Amino acid sequence: MELVAIFISAVLIQNFVLYYFLGICPFLGVSKKIDSAVSMGLAVTFVMTITAVVSWLINNLILIPHDLGYLQIVSFILVIASLVQLVEMFIRKISPPLYQALGIYLPLITTNCAIMGLALIAALNEYSFVETVIFGFGSGIGFTLAIVLMAGIREQLDLADVPESLKGAGIALIVAGIMALAFNGFIGMLT
Amino acid sequence: MATKSIRAEYIKGLWDENPVFRQLLGLCPTLAVTGTVITGIAMGLATAFVLILSSLVVASIKKLIPAQVRIASYIVVIASFVTIADQVLKAYFYPISEALGPYVPLIVVNCIILGRQEAFSSKNSVGRSFIDALGMSSGFILALLVLSSIREILGAGTFLGYEIMGSWFKPWIIMILPAGAFITLGILLGIALFIERKTKRSE
Repeated sequence: MELVAIFISAVLIQNFVLYYFLGICPFLGVSKKIDSAVSMGLAVTFVMTITAVVSWLINNLILIPHDLGYLQIVSFILVIASLVQLVEMFIRKISPPLYQALGIYLPLITTNCAIMGLALIAALNEYSFVETVIFGFGSGIGFTLAIVLMAGIREQLDLADVPESLKGAGIALIVAGIMALAFNGFIGMLT
Repeated sequence: MATKSIRAEYIKGLWDENPVFRQLLGLCPTLAVTGTVITGIAMGLATAFVLILSSLVVASIKKLIPAQVRIASYIVVIASFVTIADQVLKAYFYPISEALGPYVPLIVVNCIILGRQEAFSSKNSVGRSFIDALGMSSGFILALLVLSSIREILGAGTFLGYEIMGSWFKPWIIMILPAGAFITLGILLGIALFIERKTKRSE
């Protein structure tokens, strides 16, 4: 039950984009078409789940036992940067079709604050190993949900008569605000 | 670019190349920590500290860094200064550090900082990089100050914790919620673009 709560909370309530404001850059940049939004979401979910596992191992097997908490920031960012490259090479060898689908989005993820944020927030919440995996996967699904919904709205928005100055990022942020308000309604689910 | 005066190098960060309003960089912390003015300013100062010192270091050692591993090297430099900022905040300003939560360590992935190293400090002298970093930091602090002032005044009726709106004022709860951050920033971006277009047209 605890695990289900963590999953639902990560997807709907503490949504990475709409609650923690992480991953705003791809959220605004790659949300113009539903297809690319789905690919981006899947790539992020994939990397988030792996990051959750690896960062938990580093934090609990190396940093905490040796009292090296102050190295957390440096070690997380380096591991995440190299991990994304490794994943990219691995997918290219193992599954070319998957690489075709996710390929160009993987390098973009390195500088995505959502991945780093995931590692930090999971460490901050002191989740157990299984909880961390569920949290990482759920957060990725939450990101996918937000970016795909956003892409759907923006495809419609192209046809709408938006004031010249608000076109692009301005209206996208206002739409995101209204979406955040709607997601706010989910808070009641778990209390 | 080398002919730009020192003054112009500083001023460009405030408006023409303002990281938030014009370049749309560093939006995550901008949205996340602007619920109150004090957290907004604290975040701005912490980011300025990291940006200015990283720019100084990167500009000084740019000739020693091989081109293939430059991004990784910049990240290590930035991460070291973020760690210092994080530890100092935890030691001397614990309540603010608590309020900022994971967003202090997340300065490390703030695209403004890495962007300035790649676009400016790695190509310019130490002095120029310092001025550029100072300008960008001022622009970032300015953006955080505007956004957090609007959100705190409308959302709580206070400024820096002081009651300023009087008893008739009903706080707009939405401004404190994430939704308020998105909508306010969206409108501010619209206003910035509007002013830009008006001034361009009159030229």
